[in-house]
Amino acid sequence: MTADLTWIDTALKSARPQAMAALLRYFRGDLDRAEEAFQEACLRALQSWPDKGPPRDPAAWLIFVGRNSGVDAARRSLKHVALPDDDSLTEDGDVEDDMAERLDGAQYRDDILRLLFICCHPDLPNTQQIALALRIVSGLTVAEIASAFLVSESAMEQRITRAKRRIAEAGAEFATPGAAERGERLGTVTAMLYLLFNEGYAASGGEAHIRAPLCDEAIRLARLLLRLFPAEPEIMGLAALMLLQHARTAARLDAAGQIVLLEDQDRSRWDLDLITEGLALLDKAMRHRQPGLLQVQAAIAALHARAAKPEDTDWAQIVQLYAALERMQPSPVIALNRAVAVSKAESPQAALEMIEPLAPALANYFYFFGVKGALLQQLGRNEEARLAFDRAIALARTPAEAAHIRQHLDKLSKTA
Amino acid sequence: MLYAILCYNDEAAVQAWPKAKDDAVIAKRRTVTDRLAEQGRLGPVLRLMNTTTATTLRYGAEPVVIDGPFAETREQLLGLYVIDVASLEEAIEVARGMAGRNGDGGSGAFEIRPLRAFIPDTAQRETMIS
Repeated sequence: MTADLTWIDTALKSARPQAMAALLRYFRGDLDRAEEAFQEACLRALQSWPDKGPPRDPAAWLIFVGRNSGVDAARRSLKHVALPDDDSLTEDGDVEDDMAERLDGAQYRDDILRLLFICCHPDLPNTQQIALALRIVSGLTVAEIASAFLVSESAMEQRITRAKRRIAEAGAEFATPGAAERGERLGTVTAMLYLLFNEGYAASGGEAHIRAPLCDEAIRLARLLLRLFPAEPEIMGLAALMLLQHARTAARLDAAGQIVLLEDQDRSRWDLDLITEGLALLDKAMRHRQPGLLQVQAAIAALHARAAKPEDTDWAQIVQLYAALERMQPSPVIALNRAVAVSKAESPQAALEMIEPLAPALANYFYFFGVKGALLQQLGRNEEARLAFDRAIALARTPAEAAHIRQHLDKLSKTA
Repeated sequence: MLYAILCYNDEAAVQAWPKAKDDAVIAKRRTVTDRLAEQGRLGPVLRLMNTTTATTLRYGAEPVVIDGPFAETREQLLGLYVIDVASLEEAIEVARGMAGRNGDGGSGAFEIRPLRAFIPDTAQRETMIS
């Protein structure tokens, strides 16, 4: 058969979070068993769907088939009972009708949230939370995740196995969460998705500075969360922030892979579809008048997105938004960002005075020295600028970061 | 006779299309719509943003604003307006105004969805159906 079957891949991928989440509930939190059952169901789908076409509700189909195959596997391992033949699986129509009543939105909602939430176990370091979510929720292969994190496949395999064991020991909570608990879980999951996005947006190591597939996956999961919890302004903010930042991807690196700063980016290469969707979501969020960290960050990204030219940027407003962010979550990194906005809205001198007290907290932070160098350079204090840039290069996490600072140094030597 | 053709598909699947595929689908459709446009027989064309961007105003005794798309199956799609406003807030106000005009105890809903693309009526037609 040479027909284009990519639709099956797409359908399986898009049904995965829902199907895995329900299977995990059926198998009382046994991740391996749920994964096995899902795999089995996917194999059946690959056999059956090309001829029969897609079922009305692929997730329901996969859950039903996966649950039965999982039951089969369990039975097999206990009693060596033979598998039922494939004919018993042919009445797909009935399968779906059976499932229709189970497709109760509220239950799926909590299932998927639980699936994402168990990946966020507080004992797991951030990178493991993300890796686990990519493996279990998104269904990326260990090899794909390993290459995204630039570690060997066996190392990643080990990490994931260890993380799963940790989760199995902890045990998942299967009671329907109360409102407060649901809100807490949502907060944790939202933070994890933003980490996942950032891992793709500003890679923390290795050759590639941007790993778009991780961003795509984070956005896909954020949209899923938004469909499940349509009235949560922070999820709207999360999706808006990701979309507005991701819209700039094509313009963030030049042909040689060098970082292009926001003010130097070719704004015609920004993705307008993503920007308008991000702005629409932010608009929706603001209506709730419950500001949160992600909404404020999205509002900052929106002010950049709205400026057709860098000089149109409303820096005064951005300074205020960073100040709001600092009030919600005092952090030297946010203060540094506010200083950058102040350098535009007021003067480099004012900004430099703001960042001096941050030096001890940010002594190992690449951006701190990049910003400091740039401010000193603008003030004509070239020797001090050079020292700051040297320090930045030493702290760079990717070749693109280092190369970007070297450009500044080149400019300095030319003007010297 | 004027007809509207409403497009339905699996949103998550369409969202997952790579840009090249999305462009290809649109290009294929344009082989049809471009011909109609040349003949002055193409009305406005619009593409809606994702349902996640939607807000719904349910009206009846008291109008209620709900996040998310219109999700009931009891009612049918009967018409649509395209309005140009500065914010969602303003769009909701417009919808509220229209909801108020019923005044006969009737109920229904307006789903407010931003547009991803809008091509105005190429025929500049003046005739209206009333």
